[in-house]
Amino acid sequence: MANAAIAAGTARPVKYRSMSRDRRWAMRWSYFFLVLFVIFFLTPPLYMLITSLKSSGEISAAINPWWVYDPTLSNYKELLGQNQYLVFFRNSALVSVCVVIITMLISVTAAFALARMKFWGSATLAMGVFLTYLIPDTLLFIPLFKMFAFVRDTTGIELLNHWWTLIIIYPTLTVPFCTWIMIGYFASIPKELDEAALIDGATWMQALTKIFIPVAIPGIIAATIFAFTVSWAQFLYPLAFTTSTDQLVLPVGIVTTLIKGDVFNWGQIMTGALLGAAPPLIIYAFLMDYYIAGLTAGATKG
Amino acid sequence: MAQVTLRKVVKKYDEVLAVRGIDLDITDKEFIVLVGPSGCGKSTTLRMIAGLEEISDGDIAIGGDVVNDVPPKDRDIAMVFQNYALYPHMNVYENMSFGLKLKRTPRAEIERRVKQAAQILDITDLLDRKPKQLSGGQRQRVAMGRAIVRDPKVFLFDEPLSNLDAKLRVQMRTEIKKVHQKVRTTTVYVTHDQVEAMTLADRVVVMNAGLIEQVGSPNDLYHTPTTKFVAGFIGSPAMNFIPCQLEQAAGALRMRLNDKLSMPVPASRTKRYSSFAGKPNLVLGLRPEHITETRPHTEPDQHDFDMAIDVVEPMGMETLVYFTINAAEICGRVNPNAGAAAGQPMKLRADLSNMHLIDDTTGKVL
Repeated sequence: MANAAIAAGTARPVKYRSMSRDRRWAMRWSYFFLVLFVIFFLTPPLYMLITSLKSSGEISAAINPWWVYDPTLSNYKELLGQNQYLVFFRNSALVSVCVVIITMLISVTAAFALARMKFWGSATLAMGVFLTYLIPDTLLFIPLFKMFAFVRDTTGIELLNHWWTLIIIYPTLTVPFCTWIMIGYFASIPKELDEAALIDGATWMQALTKIFIPVAIPGIIAATIFAFTVSWAQFLYPLAFTTSTDQLVLPVGIVTTLIKGDVFNWGQIMTGALLGAAPPLIIYAFLMDYYIAGLTAGATKG
Repeated sequence: MAQVTLRKVVKKYDEVLAVRGIDLDITDKEFIVLVGPSGCGKSTTLRMIAGLEEISDGDIAIGGDVVNDVPPKDRDIAMVFQNYALYPHMNVYENMSFGLKLKRTPRAEIERRVKQAAQILDITDLLDRKPKQLSGGQRQRVAMGRAIVRDPKVFLFDEPLSNLDAKLRVQMRTEIKKVHQKVRTTTVYVTHDQVEAMTLADRVVVMNAGLIEQVGSPNDLYHTPTTKFVAGFIGSPAMNFIPCQLEQAAGALRMRLNDKLSMPVPASRTKRYSSFAGKPNLVLGLRPEHITETRPHTEPDQHDFDMAIDVVEPMGMETLVYFTINAAEICGRVNPNAGAAAGQPMKLRADLSNMHLIDDTTGKVL
């Protein structure tokens, strides 16, 4: 009977769409949209690069924005020759590195405690951490001003107009979000792993440093990238809290020193922005390898 | 000496009682298996012994010391988890030596112990591999190795074989038994698989709904269960339960299964059961191997009867036959050559010397 059914099947063949054809179409659409995205997102940096290689004469002549007829490195030379730009760069780098370190120290331990050590109110606290992140930073700088004024009045310590003040401020933006994403990542790590460490004789701190952090590296790196990007690109707070030229960070520095009244030094602005984008790019490229490594494989069945 | 004692141990999760006051004495070097259906509290009990769960009430003592508030690291125990929980960033050697390193054991001593454990478990070749390069069975061995090197007072196993395929499970079961015979450490082993429980345990603890139903050697539990739950839980295929009435007729006690079928109570049990004559809710418990085909030689207390067979399942060494009495599906184990056929009547024999009479109201075996 089975043979008869098969025979009947071959008599009237059913048309199946081939798997490889389906896949081919899926690939075509993916490429189409990916190319669209790439064009959309890479055009501005390309424009910056082209403009940075032009002399101010060529920029103001506005012949063809997409082509350099007379390429020059004068913008780079001038910008890097100014001590000012290097100070902005140093300020930005110091602030970002310190913020990343502070954020990670707080977030990793906080996320570990909130994700793992079940204690009274831990769930509410975890929720509270996330809610903090939902408050827009534009609403925070007036209260922060008030707080800084209070600190000055009571202790005499002036927090305004110092680049290192930003190291205190930025974690208010980075810590809640980093803690939140790491709670999520930590929750995906099997709890037997730290339980095994506790039974093997580890304290909570040893379980965290010797077992948990090495396993959670991909999540920690994702948070690091976030914290670095946020503090490197932050514009509003440094604009509000720093004014002296030697205290400025890169994004604010470029805008305030290279735009004089209604004179825009486009060549140097573009150059400065392009050079300023380099550190995050290098960090992404370097950390992505670790990020993809996927260290949890093989810990448990599955 | 490492006996483990549980006294009136209770575990409450917000108003839900997971463990409802259990008492248990585990003697030194004993292999105890906690077995029961999922949600019976067996894993919770194990985790309380490990210190991974706080106890809500009662006392747990390891080696005579009450450890209620002692953190896991100071209890001197080792645990093997269901999903192995190997440290993924360390190789096998580092995994096994982690606990010893934390205790600042001298290097040479660590090496000696790891080598020795590796030898016992036959994983000497795997010492520099990472967990992800190991098969399920190998990971299981490493997890056991990590426990053995510590030379703890107590081994705790939490369903260690559940993630392995059927063949490997049987193999690792034997392996665990061998290891225990070599290292003789007090062991508490949790499983939901009654075959695992029977084969491994010195004593089996059957748990149900947060309470201990019965504690005993595998044979005790099998042959003299004290409750209907234990009678039904231990043994595969499970014990048959047939609703019946006990009637006193002409000085003899008989069990009436339905209008047509009644069986005599063995003479040795008459005295034990006579007071239950006429009582409602009685159940006859009889294991499948005590319902067979008729044989030429008759022992006392065997009763032959005719029955129409519903389903026949050949197993090779035996054939399972299913039939219905009193709306209860009954299983018997007959010789493959006895000629059982679905829909056909068959002469069967019940060996009543192995019967159990159960009061279904209290769930107790009478």
